[in-house]
Amino acid sequence: MRALATSLALLCAGCTGSQTVLAPMGPQAAQLNWLLWSFILICGIIWLLVMFVLVLALRYAAVPSQRGERRAAVIVGVSVAASALVIIVLTVMSYAATRGLSVAADDPLVIRLRGYQWWWEVTYTDRRPDRMLVTANEIHVPVGHPINIELSAADVIHSFWVPNLVGKQDLIPGRRNDLTFTASRPGVYRGQCAEFCGLQHAHMALLVIAEEPAAFEAWRDAQLQVARPPETIEQEAGRTFFVSQPCAACHTVRGTNAAGTLGPDLTHVASRRTIAAGLLETTRGSLAAWIADPQTIKPGNNMPMVTMTPEQLRAVSAWLVDLQ
Amino acid sequence: MMRAEAGDLQHSIAPDMRDTDLAPEVLDRQLERVWGTPATLWGILATVDHKRIGRRYVATAFIFLAMGGVLALLMRLQLAGPERRLIGPDRYNQIFTMHGANMMFLFAVPVMEAIAVYLVPLMVGTRNIAFPRLNAFSYWIYLAGGVLLWVAFALDMGPDIGWFAYVPLSGPQYGSGKRADIWAQMITFTEIAALAVAVELVVTVLKQRAPGMSLDRVPLFVWAMLVTSFCVIMAMPAIMVASTSLILDRLVGTHFYNPAEGGDVLLWQHLFWFFGHPEVYIIFLPAVGMISGILPTFARRPIFGYLPLVLALIATGILAFGLWVHHMFATGLPRLGESFFTASSMAIAIPNGVQIFCWLATLALGRPVLAAPLLFVLAFFFTFIIGGLSGVMVASVPLDTQVHDTYFVVAHFHYVLIGGAVFPLMGAIYYWFPKLTGRMMSERVGRVVCGLVFVGFNLTFFPMHILGLQGMPRRIYTYQPDMPWGGLNLFVSLSSCLLAAGFLIFFIDIMRCMRWGLPAGDNPWNAATLEWATTSPPRSYNFARIPVVSSANPLWDEPELLVSSGLRVERRELVISTVAAAVPEARDASPANSIWPFFAAIATTGMLISSIFTPWAVVWGSLPVMVTLIGWFWPKSTPEDQA
Amino acid sequence: MLLIALALLACKREARELRTDPPATDALNGVVPMANRINGGLPRIFIAQGSPYENNAYQLGQGKRLYDWFNCKGCHANGGGASGPALTDGRWRYGPDPVSIFLTIRDGRPHGMPAFANRLTTEQIWQLTGYVRTMGAYSAQTAAPSRNDEMQSRPAENRAPAATEIRMPPSR
Repeated sequence: MRALATSLALLCAGCTGSQTVLAPMGPQAAQLNWLLWSFILICGIIWLLVMFVLVLALRYAAVPSQRGERRAAVIVGVSVAASALVIIVLTVMSYAATRGLSVAADDPLVIRLRGYQWWWEVTYTDRRPDRMLVTANEIHVPVGHPINIELSAADVIHSFWVPNLVGKQDLIPGRRNDLTFTASRPGVYRGQCAEFCGLQHAHMALLVIAEEPAAFEAWRDAQLQVARPPETIEQEAGRTFFVSQPCAACHTVRGTNAAGTLGPDLTHVASRRTIAAGLLETTRGSLAAWIADPQTIKPGNNMPMVTMTPEQLRAVSAWLVDLQ
Repeated sequence: MMRAEAGDLQHSIAPDMRDTDLAPEVLDRQLERVWGTPATLWGILATVDHKRIGRRYVATAFIFLAMGGVLALLMRLQLAGPERRLIGPDRYNQIFTMHGANMMFLFAVPVMEAIAVYLVPLMVGTRNIAFPRLNAFSYWIYLAGGVLLWVAFALDMGPDIGWFAYVPLSGPQYGSGKRADIWAQMITFTEIAALAVAVELVVTVLKQRAPGMSLDRVPLFVWAMLVTSFCVIMAMPAIMVASTSLILDRLVGTHFYNPAEGGDVLLWQHLFWFFGHPEVYIIFLPAVGMISGILPTFARRPIFGYLPLVLALIATGILAFGLWVHHMFATGLPRLGESFFTASSMAIAIPNGVQIFCWLATLALGRPVLAAPLLFVLAFFFTFIIGGLSGVMVASVPLDTQVHDTYFVVAHFHYVLIGGAVFPLMGAIYYWFPKLTGRMMSERVGRVVCGLVFVGFNLTFFPMHILGLQGMPRRIYTYQPDMPWGGLNLFVSLSSCLLAAGFLIFFIDIMRCMRWGLPAGDNPWNAATLEWATTSPPRSYNFARIPVVSSANPLWDEPELLVSSGLRVERRELVISTVAAAVPEARDASPANSIWPFFAAIATTGMLISSIFTPWAVVWGSLPVMVTLIGWFWPKSTPEDQA
Repeated sequence: MLLIALALLACKREARELRTDPPATDALNGVVPMANRINGGLPRIFIAQGSPYENNAYQLGQGKRLYDWFNCKGCHANGGGASGPALTDGRWRYGPDPVSIFLTIRDGRPHGMPAFANRLTTEQIWQLTGYVRTMGAYSAQTAAPSRNDEMQSRPAENRAPAATEIRMPPSR
């Protein structure tokens, strides 16, 4: 079932483009899409009309007369009235859409999203503190269930935007914003920071992964586990290096001594599809490349280049890629 | 130099000599001696002739346009393919910030004011702009601000925070170094310059109009500049407050934008856009005026709907202040407030509609001649209406949440600003070039330029609408190969070459025609307004005798233009008239050339730049400013300097 | 000439070197401390790079962020000192020399200053060193960072000369 859902999702993502306004995957986005096309249609017709009149005006050989002036005045007056009418219709449509979008959902799943330069921290809230969950750059949501995202920023202004699901909303330091959406079909929807936030604004993506509720619960339970213990000697060495070196000062891996909070939580880093906020697909190779030289891959980001030997690099990447 | 000349005059001309009975040659010679600028370096620096300053302003603004265009090409080069490593994020951020700040503050607003500085006194039939020394000062300050920004950029310390400089990214904690301060201080320079010109224009238009040019006979370009100037006067203080408090936050540690100490990061956005949205109309309204100036000439009939057009200008100017929040629809403001701003943003489409319908009626009722200036106006119709309609789309809160800060918005405002302002501006250059230089521009090349720019523009910017809907955000220095944006971006980058080629030919043609263009004559287009009543290029005193106007289209309706007389010729004098009916009230002296505005600008520049580094610069930097102002206003017991 | 010199200076102060080559990082680690581990010679590459950790705004700004992130505040508070000594009074126990401060951060000091050698990279330690020096500077540097977006407990580094806080130590 899960495999089916995933492959279906990948197929959808593949055929529609994963980050686009034009392929709505939830009721909110669908409403926006409808509004978009109505506006495009109405505006397109107006533009064609005006161009038609312009061509007529250029071709029309006028004979100066009082009657012509008066007739022109009437036509201009009617056109102004008509455009005012169109404007009113569009405004009312816009209001109606706003109302439709801001209906509060009952019992939504509340997810806290915090923007950092240049990654996203995702916190799943729960009434039971031991079921709270922190992850990064990837939001899993159950299909058909309303999601309420609480947005806040740690440093500068960011903006959360997953166009397939809902319009954008800013993450502003010192303020909190809310956004409600529902994913109606399983799939992987890419989102990206939409407010200029500094050097790596271009590489601040996140994925929203909509799954069937059962798959979502399974994912959540898996994420609540501590990191799995190393199986090979190499992985063991990797963990030792990670915990004793600067890595642990910034990253948390639950189940080890690494408890830094400056970078993304890496407890299940290998279960995420991408690393470095959507920049690279998670593989052992990409992890190693990233650790070896983060400033070349994503210049200006806050991960320093830690001095290590090739063996240490191999060990750390072997351990991290095993953190499913 | 000046004093010696004044001495010569004492010998040849009796004090209080009037122009009434002078023969035309004697009058011309006298006026040239009084109003002229000597062809020396000193003369160039000291001149207060609005035509020289206006030309300078226009040329400088076009140089900035070319430089900003080069930046745009660099960005297109970087974005032509995914994950290109041509320009790093640090440089790219500087480049797009420079492009935006340069185009808005150093090109678009100044160029419109520059053309007004040149044309408005001619159009209203006076001899110089009001406060001509302030005018000279304004140019030097503008130049200093532009040079500051570009030198900083050349030294890798250009601002990298976007032309909008949102805090906290531009604030003390996240904007290290002096980059944001340079941006903020550049604002101060350009605002001083813009405010000065706005004040001059308002006074010139309201008090120096030719006898008989009542408010319903004022050319529409002059009306547009009047409304624009009022917008400048009301909008610019908001950005002055914003940028000054930003510098204070960064330099002396105030807390205007610090949420922890009771400041607010959204305060910046409110202040910025309270200026930033009227800014768009400050750029657009002069262009509207240009179209209203060009259209009647080439439709060969008076403009249709003079009164509705004036009212639409005023309505646009007022509404422009009521819709700044539509730049902030994604910040989570209360829904009711957002709804209000949706309504006001939509409503501004109505006065714009009025204008477009009136222009269409003018074309329909006239017998249009498809000369180059009119072609640019037609290009304006095609593109600006697309921009206006996409503007209606982004005015809707729900739609804006999808397209805000994407390439859709990039496309939208380039359609509005290039389509709505640069096309009319290019038309205006073709139209008024003979007046500025005495030579015609090439009609044939003009058609090629218009075609290239029009096609290049649409091919460059229309696909950006689609890119935006496909999810491409603005201000990203690159994108990943698996995003479906590569093809369109490459297409856009290639198209931008076409657009650039059009501009290149335009610039080359301007230089060529300045020297080798066909001589134009006083009124080559058979136009109706007063600037065509004098020689091309106009003499230093504009009009040997001040014309008297009895119609909105004086050169068409009056078989022979009446002139007034009675002005003194041994000093600079012009006619002051009443605000509404333009009944002559008084003769007033107009200030003579002076080097002090130049010195004052240098002193002000020193103070403003040093105050980026230490607040004490405001104290000791104001001493030289004070000295130069004392020099500027030192009473010399000559009537010129009482003005 | 003066203008060009100024411009070049400014240029150096503003450049953003985002990546340090690993060999350079290694070389930056090569301080030559005196026997008592107070004072010492700066690595040659430090000077060769143009002392970016002394006068480059970006590096100092990064240092300020590290000061926050690595909880220097936990002991030194906002520079005023708590369980750790004050940093803004311009009097350091091991002197104002950058090498001393570098060693203090890297290797720790007796009575509670932990070693950060395994928590920070060499580059970061230098950034932090540069920043700490701006906190207690006798006169504010142009490149020094400004205030943070938080509650204010003291003037920003680019403002108040710490010297105003200095009282002569009581003579014993």
